[in-house]
Amino acid sequence: MVEKEQSMIIQKEMIANLFKELSTAKETGKKVVYTFVPGNLSELILAFDMLPVYPEINALQSGMRKKSGSFIKEAEKFGHSEDVCTYVKCDIGMMLKGNIGPTGEKIPPPDLLLLSYTGCFTFMKWFESLEDLYPGVEIAMLHTPYQKDGVITKEMTEYMVKQLKQEVIPKMEKVSGKKYDETKLKKILENSVKTEDLIVKIFDTPKTIPSPIDAYFAGVYYIGPINIGFRGTEEAVEYYAELYKEINKRAELGLGPITPEGEIKEEQYRLVVEGPPNWTSFREFWKLFYDLGAVIVASSYTKVGGVYDMGFRHNPDRPLESLSEYCMNCYTNLNFPQRIELLEKCITDYHADGFLINSIKSCNSFSAGQLLMMRKLEEKLEVPVGFIESDLVDPRYFSYANIKNRLESFFQMLEQRKIINAN
Amino acid sequence: MPIYFPREIIHAANGLAVGILGAGDRKRIIKGDAFYQSYICRIPRGIIELALDKHFNGFDGFVFPSICDVMRNLSGMFQLLNIGTFDNYLDYPQNFDPNIGGEYYRNELKNILANIKKINNVDVTTENLNHSIKLYNKNRNLITSIYNIRQIYPWRLSAEELYYIVRAGMVMPVEEHNEILESIYRQLQLETGEPMDKIRVIVSGSFCEQPPVSLIKTIELAGCYVVDDDFLLGSRWIEGDIEEDTDDPIGAIVNAFLTKSTFSSSVYDIKNPKEDRLIDLYKKRKADGIIFAAPSFCDPALLDRPALQNACEKNNIRFISFEYAENTGQFKNIKEQVGAFSDSIKLWGEELIEK
Repeated sequence: MVEKEQSMIIQKEMIANLFKELSTAKETGKKVVYTFVPGNLSELILAFDMLPVYPEINALQSGMRKKSGSFIKEAEKFGHSEDVCTYVKCDIGMMLKGNIGPTGEKIPPPDLLLLSYTGCFTFMKWFESLEDLYPGVEIAMLHTPYQKDGVITKEMTEYMVKQLKQEVIPKMEKVSGKKYDETKLKKILENSVKTEDLIVKIFDTPKTIPSPIDAYFAGVYYIGPINIGFRGTEEAVEYYAELYKEINKRAELGLGPITPEGEIKEEQYRLVVEGPPNWTSFREFWKLFYDLGAVIVASSYTKVGGVYDMGFRHNPDRPLESLSEYCMNCYTNLNFPQRIELLEKCITDYHADGFLINSIKSCNSFSAGQLLMMRKLEEKLEVPVGFIESDLVDPRYFSYANIKNRLESFFQMLEQRKIINAN
Repeated sequence: MPIYFPREIIHAANGLAVGILGAGDRKRIIKGDAFYQSYICRIPRGIIELALDKHFNGFDGFVFPSICDVMRNLSGMFQLLNIGTFDNYLDYPQNFDPNIGGEYYRNELKNILANIKKINNVDVTTENLNHSIKLYNKNRNLITSIYNIRQIYPWRLSAEELYYIVRAGMVMPVEEHNEILESIYRQLQLETGEPMDKIRVIVSGSFCEQPPVSLIKTIELAGCYVVDDDFLLGSRWIEGDIEEDTDDPIGAIVNAFLTKSTFSSSVYDIKNPKEDRLIDLYKKRKADGIIFAAPSFCDPALLDRPALQNACEKNNIRFISFEYAENTGQFKNIKEQVGAFSDSIKLWGEELIEK
């Protein structure tokens, strides 16, 4: 049994408190906003004293707790195809089965569907489906333009700011019964900047050898608070400060990452991973890596809620503009050449031995084009590449034997490369 | 690329807009499969195959209208593979306020025109664009009129023939296509063929990856008249005319998109739900049933399906659903399913619905 570090305890409490608050929202009168992680407007939600619900977080938690299979079947009975996004089906299935959340507490229905639609077309379809299931619910749409040419133009930002001013904020005022308070928002954004500075430092630590953290399997826990509504709070600043302190200590002592079965004693392979993890067999999946001393030193998935390591920070002096730029800067809103450039930088800066794609059946936003991405990186960097396939939360699409087989071949390739390089 | 693009602006810039709708069922896909996982729809792999086989070598630029994440990412793949002088992802606004989404869309169109100007150095004048709008208004009017005649006399022109006629407009100058459409419109005034004992159906869900023509034929052979559909939807996207004689023709195109667009899974429609619009179309076309035919792995079409089917159930509308791919080659199952659907309506009709 691994002893829990202080940051783990803090995070557990933060999340438990959020779900507790949600379960009593009707009594306390707090308004509930359903929204998404990429392009989340946490600071605005906090400025209106509302509570966020992230359907994709509920879905991944359901996946980890082995509940997603039955939710997905429920959604398929309702008419959804086997082919479509399993986050959507898991969420809809959970709702059809009483909306009992991952902690066992009932999640209240939304007072507002805040569709900050960033980097994933399916989000839009998802909220159209939710609107059908919660007829009459207030809904606010924020269309985030895609970074098709790899830049954010003045017109793109203006389009988003206008939507915020004329659509989103008025809707939030109506639902919350509170006036928009820009001074309050600015104060919240100051905390966001501190949090973002800390998370960049945390995900920078794997540049040391051995890496003190696994930036993918443990990384998904680290990005929890910043992505699910705590960005902008004092709690988040404290949590990330504590986490950074712990990681720094590990780095100073030359310790490897902590896994569910203890610390990795000897770092064998350093990898960069593209794509979300599988949630239904998360532990088994992770074990396939740490058993062989493979450490993920950087991953694109930890950037879905925001790409901060390329310099972006929220700016309290330009609150709405920087919220807009934040949305446009999320990983899946970057165009393909940008995504490749970012991964290339990760492979180089983090001294990775190999590049691996976990291609997700459900997620076209990530998956469509990954094979070309892999080929381009292989050609340019001459780095060994690997490709495995699984799904987010549909247990039917996690084939342990297939993945193990492919990973073993990949690790053999890495081993061979090491021998060649040593000679 | 599908679904809709305002071809008027290309025409006014002295260009030819060509619709790229995949590789269909005649081209064998080999390279394309190396670019896409098995769980991604067929259309992008067909398009990549065509590009790598140099079928697009005569083209200057490519526009990828926003439909879904697959089409969006395909634009980046074209950029990486250096196909064409420009690869423009056209991010349609999902906000329909003229001052917000309208302004944004206007800017998107200006960017495309700027890219074209780099190639041919043509400035689009107000006069030219107004002229192009006129030609495409005529084109849409003729197609709509043919659809309208066909829904009264569907035996005069098969759905398959109609599909070829509309699709031809994707690869030829609009002037030439208008002449063809006029000639067909005249021919359709004459009684030809004989009505058959078939039910009247609307086919929905085929707006992007096109069904193989044999599938359309199969539906009609199995006892249906297709009285409306969303094949080649871009040709009929704008419902009605775009303002023709205006000082601001780009504004007219923008305004038409915001206020006269048809319904589609690619458009955010909370204020005007597509299920209501599908039911209205069903009533307008006096249809007997709806066939939901969507490409496999098409998130937009398939995610909409429960809402559309629920609307059918609430309105006592009979429907069936199936999936296809652009290269589907076996139609026996579909023929049986559609045949049974047609028979059930013919045999029991209203009686079954009332019960």
